[in-house]
Amino acid sequence: MAEVTFLGVTKRFGETLAVDDLTLSVRDGELLVLLGPSGCGKTTALRMVAGLEELTEGTVSIGDRVVNDVDPKDRDVAMVFQSYALYPHLTVAKNIEFPLRQRGVDKEERAAKVKRAADTLGLSGLLGRKPAQLSGGQRQRVALARAIVREPLVFLMDEPLSNLDAALRVQTRADIVELQARLATTTLYVTHDQVEAMTMGHRIAVMSEGRLQQVAAPEALYDRPANTFVARFLGSPGMNLIEGMLVESGPSETGPERGAGAGVGTLCVAFPGASVPLPAEVAEGVRGAGPDVVLGLRPEAVHLSSDGSIGASVVIVELLGAETHVICTTEMGTRLIVRQGAAAPKPAIGETVRIAVSADPQAYHLFDAGTGERLGPS
Amino acid sequence: MTTVTAGIGGVAEAAEATGVATAPQPRHGLHTRRRKEALLAYGLLLPALVLFGAFSFYPFFRNFKLMLYETPPVPGLPAHYVGLHQIGSTLTSTQFTQSLVTSLIFVVLVIPISLILGLALAVAAHRKLKGMAVYRMIFSSTVVSSVAVASVVFGTLLNPVVGLLPWLGINPTPPALESTTWALPAVALITIWQFLGLVFIIMLAGLQSVPDELLEAARIDGANAWTRFWRMTVPLLSPTIFFALVVSTIYAMQAFGAIDILIGPMNTVRLHTNVLIYNIVNTNSPALENNAGQAAVMATVLFLITLGMTLLQMRFLERRVSYAR
Repeated sequence: MAEVTFLGVTKRFGETLAVDDLTLSVRDGELLVLLGPSGCGKTTALRMVAGLEELTEGTVSIGDRVVNDVDPKDRDVAMVFQSYALYPHLTVAKNIEFPLRQRGVDKEERAAKVKRAADTLGLSGLLGRKPAQLSGGQRQRVALARAIVREPLVFLMDEPLSNLDAALRVQTRADIVELQARLATTTLYVTHDQVEAMTMGHRIAVMSEGRLQQVAAPEALYDRPANTFVARFLGSPGMNLIEGMLVESGPSETGPERGAGAGVGTLCVAFPGASVPLPAEVAEGVRGAGPDVVLGLRPEAVHLSSDGSIGASVVIVELLGAETHVICTTEMGTRLIVRQGAAAPKPAIGETVRIAVSADPQAYHLFDAGTGERLGPS
Repeated sequence: MTTVTAGIGGVAEAAEATGVATAPQPRHGLHTRRRKEALLAYGLLLPALVLFGAFSFYPFFRNFKLMLYETPPVPGLPAHYVGLHQIGSTLTSTQFTQSLVTSLIFVVLVIPISLILGLALAVAAHRKLKGMAVYRMIFSSTVVSSVAVASVVFGTLLNPVVGLLPWLGINPTPPALESTTWALPAVALITIWQFLGLVFIIMLAGLQSVPDELLEAARIDGANAWTRFWRMTVPLLSPTIFFALVVSTIYAMQAFGAIDILIGPMNTVRLHTNVLIYNIVNTNSPALENNAGQAAVMATVLFLITLGMTLLQMRFLERRVSYAR
């Protein structure tokens, strides 16, 4: 059992900063997903735990041991590669056995462990085959079997599902979650797929341009994104972000009580052609901030309604079966996506619509327009 | 399946029935275009065909005829037909068997060292280090150096008066290139040097096709550098190693330049460096033995050896399929 800790980890490749001052901890037995777009440094971070990349600064520890200078083979980690990295000249059995053999495990124990790992992953009938004779899904399972067979302290998985087709990916996703839960081995899982991250991770660490953006449980990450990057990156489609100004309207604007207390006027986010009033709870938290802000609204938090506060015209209507995405453009050219149920009436392309925002305070996310950081209590 | 065929047939019939008037015309156009393309293709192939015909195919087939004729030792006299007799007598002659043995010794001297050194250099140059491109260029440069130049340089280095050996205080008597023991190894040394670049390039290309991730996976799985090399790199490189082995063996069987320049037909140690190809040339040479018939028999043996090696290589390449990821 082990915890993996990054402490102030920086990695430079020449002039390129791949990972920038990363401090992050993967708890014992946890499945932590490192999520981010390609080139965000997530794979580099993973490879530093494996020992395949040297750190420029900082420390990586596994358990209580700083492993910066420990050889990969002595770190007691197992890694599953995107390409599976199966040894093509060895049979499935020999592939799974390889890590045990390298550690001098005796023959009988090796055979027993290989059998157990193969049974776990449903590979018993394929032990004599070479990797080239297997399907993508089978190869993937061999790679997993090779990782679990020697019961390492940590699993490192580098986009293990991205070479599988969609249906198999959903299946294998569930298999990995189940396997990890059963073995309770600390797992660092790298992906660029936010659905994978949301469905698999106990916690998700979002990275962008080498920097850690936010670490939180999937729901927390979705409900309270720390900045505009996380807001946009999570969710399919991501959050709608509208630049505007925080203004106060209503009786208090010229009244004598101004500044004396909170909640007197109505705080709105105003942008050309529209003004979205904020619910009192939300306004409370952000009063005094801005004035330039970004209003974030999840596609499911907005709907088409004749009395909506935002005017827009419909660009595309995407039918997905269970739901429909109505993609609109506001007067100032901001793209807004409205997610609606299959039963809701579908607008025509080019039609002018009005978009209303849910009254639920949870629907409103406000970010500083300059820094992109979340405003109000997080 | 049948329904589909019937369906298509039906469509075709329907089209015919309605009498598509434009149909024959494009077909005709297609025909002329095809013919034009074919003419162009043959036209472009012709120069190569003429060259191959004159310098490869014609001599190749004429060689089989030469085997059956005995050439008189004096140039200018007509050759006369002796049939298969000459084949038997040549193959059993000590001159032939000795030169075949010399060739084999030469191959054994050259190939293992070339392959091991070439692979070692390739492994060294495969690392991602600054300035490695310069080393790669240096290591592969022996490929582009001419045999004649290399031979002259090595000849000078081995020269008993001005060479490297006397400078190092080594003065073998007789000098290396005149010694019955050392002449062949000396020529082999030059050939090794020459082959090194080729083997290096082949091995480096092979190494670059071994995915880094496999070696990384092996590293994490607990394999040290030695194990990774022997249990991953070498097996994955085996088709490449085999290719290098076959190609360099074929080349070694044909190594002629260094022997001709450094030893020459008049040298007393010639018998000890008389590899098959050199024997063939000298046997054929009007100035020496002027025996085209015997030379043709030996050339055929050399051809069969080369053919055998090539077939072996092709068989092995087929097995390579199982190594595909």
